[in-house]
Amino acid sequence: MIKAILIFNNHGKPRLIRFYQYFAEDMQQQIIRETFHLVSKRDDNVCNFLEGGSLIGGSDYKLIYRHYATLYFVFCVDSSESELGILDLIQVFVETLDKCFENVCELDLIFHMDKVHYILQEVVMGGMVLETNMNEITTQVDVQNRMEKSEGGLSAAPARAVSAVKNMNLPEIPRNINIGDINIKVPSLSPF
Amino acid sequence: MSPSVPLQEMIRAIRSARTQCEERGVIQRECAAIRAQFRQSDNGGRSHNLAKLLYVHMLGYPAHFGQMECVRMIASPRYSEKRVGYLGAMMLLDEKQDASLLITNSIKNDLSHSNQYVQSLALCTLACMGSAEMCRDLAPEIDRLLRASNSYIKKKAALCAVHIVRKVHDLGEMFAPAARSLLSEKNHGVLHGAVVLITELCERNLETLEKFRKAVPDLVQIMKGLVISGYSPEHDVAGISDPFLQVRILRLLRILGHNNEAASDAMNDLLAQVATNTDSTKTVGNAVLYETVLTVLDIKSESGLRVLAVNILGRFLLNNDRNIRYIAMISLQKIVGTDHNAVQRHRGTIVDCLKDQDASVKRRALDLSLALVSASNIRSMMKELLIFLSSCPLELRSQAASGIFIAAERYAPSQRWHIDTILHVLTTAGGDVRDETVPNLIQLITNASELHCYTVHKLYRALLTDISQQSLVQVACWCIGEYGDLLLRGECQETEPVQVHEDDVLDALETVLQSHMSSPATRGFALTATMKLSTRITDNVDRIRSIVSIYGSCIDVELQQRAVEYNALFKKYDHMRAAVLERMPVIEKTAPGQTNGESTGEPIKDIQSVKVKQGELLLPQPPANQVHDTNVYEKDGVTLTMSCEKQSATGLTVTLTASNSTESDISSLTLQAAVPKSVQLHMKAPSGDSLPARGAAKVTQMVVLNNPNKVGLTRIRISYSSQGSAFQDTIQIDAFPGLSAAGH
Repeated sequence: MIKAILIFNNHGKPRLIRFYQYFAEDMQQQIIRETFHLVSKRDDNVCNFLEGGSLIGGSDYKLIYRHYATLYFVFCVDSSESELGILDLIQVFVETLDKCFENVCELDLIFHMDKVHYILQEVVMGGMVLETNMNEITTQVDVQNRMEKSEGGLSAAPARAVSAVKNMNLPEIPRNINIGDINIKVPSLSPF
Repeated sequence: MSPSVPLQEMIRAIRSARTQCEERGVIQRECAAIRAQFRQSDNGGRSHNLAKLLYVHMLGYPAHFGQMECVRMIASPRYSEKRVGYLGAMMLLDEKQDASLLITNSIKNDLSHSNQYVQSLALCTLACMGSAEMCRDLAPEIDRLLRASNSYIKKKAALCAVHIVRKVHDLGEMFAPAARSLLSEKNHGVLHGAVVLITELCERNLETLEKFRKAVPDLVQIMKGLVISGYSPEHDVAGISDPFLQVRILRLLRILGHNNEAASDAMNDLLAQVATNTDSTKTVGNAVLYETVLTVLDIKSESGLRVLAVNILGRFLLNNDRNIRYIAMISLQKIVGTDHNAVQRHRGTIVDCLKDQDASVKRRALDLSLALVSASNIRSMMKELLIFLSSCPLELRSQAASGIFIAAERYAPSQRWHIDTILHVLTTAGGDVRDETVPNLIQLITNASELHCYTVHKLYRALLTDISQQSLVQVACWCIGEYGDLLLRGECQETEPVQVHEDDVLDALETVLQSHMSSPATRGFALTATMKLSTRITDNVDRIRSIVSIYGSCIDVELQQRAVEYNALFKKYDHMRAAVLERMPVIEKTAPGQTNGESTGEPIKDIQSVKVKQGELLLPQPPANQVHDTNVYEKDGVTLTMSCEKQSATGLTVTLTASNSTESDISSLTLQAAVPKSVQLHMKAPSGDSLPARGAAKVTQMVVLNNPNKVGLTRIRISYSSQGSAFQDTIQIDAFPGLSAAGH
């Protein structure tokens, strides 16, 4: 089972965090910091497997990570997952991101965090690997995005604008203003 | 991709903040705005607000006020709002929060929604954070979806079922038939999910495992299809057809074939085919090969296949890619117990990996090297391990040191070699060894009586060079105190003779006493050693007297007490001094005290000479022939009471009663007892093995002892599991009330 998926940059700023087991917020941030600390110490030509993160689970859990340009993709898994398989899964995930975002870079992940979550949801569900076929994933993500776009499009807006104006409470214009001795009669103007 | 403009503006604003304080300010303003917008009921940009909140949550700021908004969004009819609502639920809610109960109904409705993407959202959320009650409620729905829906939903339902089975174990039987039928699907995603589900069911329940053994031919068929079939573009990853599915099926085959001849026979051909046909130049090929090797080694495969598997592992070990080497070492670790000789062949490569610069590879190599140490290769292996110890990373040092000690103890070819090895470890990594090393080493030294001279010379020289390693200094001080006369005599067969003067020795001990690097325990050792030397040397007794009297006013209470007592020994009891400080007798190995969970691997009934622990009687000594109830163990709410009844002059019936005062049930309770060889033990069957919570019922077990020698030292091990985790504890009973124990 995959316990957590973390993406952070070379300085430790989180770009995407997904925990498949409940941790309190401050615990989550501590885990990110500890993971970054462990991963950033590693050379580029050593193996991609790390043991020894005590916060996130203890002896059964490993960190499997890949370093792409400015980002670290870290999967925290237990012994039921094949290590080399997870390494390939990270590759598949990154290639899928590349396809969906057209030459993905860190800025895409920063500004479209929710989209990245939706893509990840098609790959890993509940801590288990769901789908590894890139085309299948991108097709589904496209359909869902189109659905979302069609809902919140321009066509919905005028109806809402009209209903908003109708609900606007304009104050009543008084016909007669009586202040002391002065009597003013307000002419009635046609409503515009 | 359609941009979420307000989210992007906020992200831009946060990124442009130059200091942490500025960023906090921006986020606080945004959060206030979001909170205000949440309070308004109708709002066009609701999804944007929740997305902003999730971004802020990722950066580490509190976002709990968004929980109710998630619930509202999930109930909304619009897909965009549902999507963000479910994402928020997965990130912000968990089963401990009350708000999570409110989404159960929404999930239920969405599971039967007409739009498959809404269904998939509900399934995803259920699989991520579904609590046990939610799972129980919705399990029939999931079962329905497993049977009759499109492949997109089926694969998600399969994984959701895995989560349900993990949360509520009993529901496994509900999903077994559906899982079986899914194996005939063509879609790889569904197959993958089905295999994961079957794996989970088989791991949990033995009967399900038996039933699924019949599915082995089907699985073999699917694998054959994947391996032999030609290039299929949609599943191809670097030349291998759907390696992820292959790996999953191999893992399931491993579970099904374990300990079962028939199933293993059915898969032999397939495994041989996969092992020989898979291309190992890419990582994916290696992943499949690796899984095949593990499966071959775990089932009852024929010997030719096993040899092939170990050879593949050997090839992995020589691979240039560090990942592959790491993986190979993990799998070798798994088989080192069963196929020891096969792994020994690769010992050279493994020992070379100790010198690798990668910390992960080093760790694996250390574990494997320690497992490969045997009587024949102890000398060469120890050389390598000691070299490793001097250059290994800090986090591995204590593990390496304790591993070396255990190996040395088991396979030491000679006592001198053993002592040398321990001294070497203490000089290189003295700060990282465990505390019991010092008494163990002292006991070892006293046992090697012919080496006393050699040992004390070596230790003295080590003390002169470096006094920072506390364990080494303690042992050295003790030895100098004990065998100071041998040191001063100067002659020694094993090392070059060197003339050591009494002043030098006392200087060395005084340096230890005064150094700021010495811990209080070390200084205690040094002071006692100085005192002992007063009977072993001739000239400088006055110097010793003055040292001892100085420490009579030391701040450290322990040192002060010692110094005052030694002073008294000089002044009032000088006639007894020689007798008190003479050489100690050989120490016997005493039974270790109450240790929790420290297993040395020996069966608990097989204890050799067990001596009585002096001075610490756990139980009072009441008069004989009475029935007594005494509490022998009380920890974590579990209480063990013992009641003894004398049957005859030497026989005793002990009734052990266990009770549980915690809030959760305890199951698999077992009691084991170990007694010295002179005692006959007969344990009757216990009344049960589970203790319900809050002391609702107790478990009793009768033990009959026949103790002719009247020396009684019994150890009782209690083990149970509570709330899913296992506990184990050992209790030592020095005397049974009701049995008069003479000669304690």
